Amino acid sequence: MTRSASITSRPGAGDSTQDARGPAVRVVDLTKDFPGGVRALGGVTFDVPRGELTCIIGPSGCGKTTTLKIIAGLVEATSGRVEVDGTPVTGPGPDRAFVFQDFALMPWATVLRNVAFGLELRGVPRREREETAREYVEKVGLTGFEDAYPHQLSGGMRQRVGLARALAVDAEILLMDEPFASVDEQIRRKFQEDLLRLLSHEEKTVIFVTHSIEEAVYVSDQVVILTRGPGRVSKAVRPGVDRSGDSDSIRRSEAYLDWVERIWGELQGYLEK
Amino acid sequence: MEAGSAVGSVRIRAGRAAAGLTSPWVLKSASILFVLGLWQWAGTVPVSIAFPSCTETLAALWDMLVDGTLASAYAETAGPLIVGILLTGVGGVLAGLVMGLSRRAEWLGLPLFIVLQASPSAAIVPLITFIYGIGFTAKVFAVVLLSAPVIVLNSYRGIANTPRSLLEMSSAFLASRWQRIWKVVIPAGSGLIFAGLRLGVAQGFTGAILAELIITPTGVGDLITYYRSVADYPAMFASILSIIVVASVSVTLLQRAEQRLFRPEMRAL
Repeated sequence: MTRSASITSRPGAGDSTQDARGPAVRVVDLTKDFPGGVRALGGVTFDVPRGELTCIIGPSGCGKTTTLKIIAGLVEATSGRVEVDGTPVTGPGPDRAFVFQDFALMPWATVLRNVAFGLELRGVPRREREETAREYVEKVGLTGFEDAYPHQLSGGMRQRVGLARALAVDAEILLMDEPFASVDEQIRRKFQEDLLRLLSHEEKTVIFVTHSIEEAVYVSDQVVILTRGPGRVSKAVRPGVDRSGDSDSIRRSEAYLDWVERIWGELQGYLEK
Repeated sequence: MEAGSAVGSVRIRAGRAAAGLTSPWVLKSASILFVLGLWQWAGTVPVSIAFPSCTETLAALWDMLVDGTLASAYAETAGPLIVGILLTGVGGVLAGLVMGLSRRAEWLGLPLFIVLQASPSAAIVPLITFIYGIGFTAKVFAVVLLSAPVIVLNSYRGIANTPRSLLEMSSAFLASRWQRIWKVVIPAGSGLIFAGLRLGVAQGFTGAILAELIITPTGVGDLITYYRSVADYPAMFASILSIIVVASVSVTLLQRAEQRLFRPEMRAL
């Protein structure tokens, strides 16, 4: 099932089972022990279908951010492996771009330079990278703020800069670590819709970490539910909420509410243990 | 009508006065004038015959400025001071950088500079003469001795405390080791590095004057010693005052340079 609504239909977001190239990302039996012997992940396995949005959801401490950072190559796994297009991940790569929970913007750089930073590091000439950056600044709705500094922007706007920076390097896989965690609720909803609209024009595979069930059901094609102590995949589900219509009616639809309830039920079972 | 306009003009005046009180320049000047006023009052009490009033001192300062005494003294003091500050400014920041980036360098260097910072420098300065004699080198060494610890330790802290998320971001976007140091670590630490440089310059002034007072009387240190010996206290105080002014101006200029070069966002505040 794929997102089929007006705002979310994307070219290439085809049925992953029909894609001869296989899943974009394979996570196989990942474990992670932190110094001191704390086991954060105890064998996490799931596939991320190409061109889709997969959410990783779970209670705090279940290792969802750790999983995402291992996929990004920012954290090393104790055992197990991550494959991107069938190639094992050994570190960060140009095929993956990261959106940070705390934005990770350089306070001394303008919006434009922050957005262009990935390209700057790759040695793209200034004029070219600024042109690309301007394009993405516009796409995330920050036109007019190119020369502003991060401290002059609200939390929501800062995360748009983080998103534009990740999009500007044109990686096939977008990794988002609780991107809306530090953004207030109203802006969060607007941002979710903007994200879906934006992604509908880009052929990207997205892995999105969140602790909000509503967010996961609203934006995802697939939801991977993690449980904690140590982190394991409890279930991977495909809500496939019909997104034809406006966001309010989607959020009131039975299928949407049903899925929120089912995932909540799944997580609740583990929380009580 | 007359009463009304009088009230109006009083209000306007009060309004102007209130606006003046919120202007940083007015308040900054007021704080300086307040101290100078206290000084003037203490000088006329008098506290001691060796304590000149503010106006006497300023008059002496003016004379020394006009007849070139100050200029030639500062020309002499500036040599060791500038050489010493350049040495610690470059070497100290580099040492802090290396210590902030490498664990081994941190273990090797950190204790040395912490001990140096805690030790009473005025007591160490005379020891320099045993090694370097009483020449130019000894004075440079005094400047280095006083300014190095604060510059090295601040640079080290600035580098070692680069926000983790910025380091992660630079890896995620494929920065090379040098790109990470040059484009992320140094700008992120520049605030603390420059704070260290400002304190280091102030310490360097102390070192230069200490050397001139303790090692050999030259430059501004000589002025102080000489005017004291001939009991020309206004001129002696004027020499001391001039050091305070020159040191403050240097530190302020350094702060401006920092904002211009490294922290453009501070100007946008």
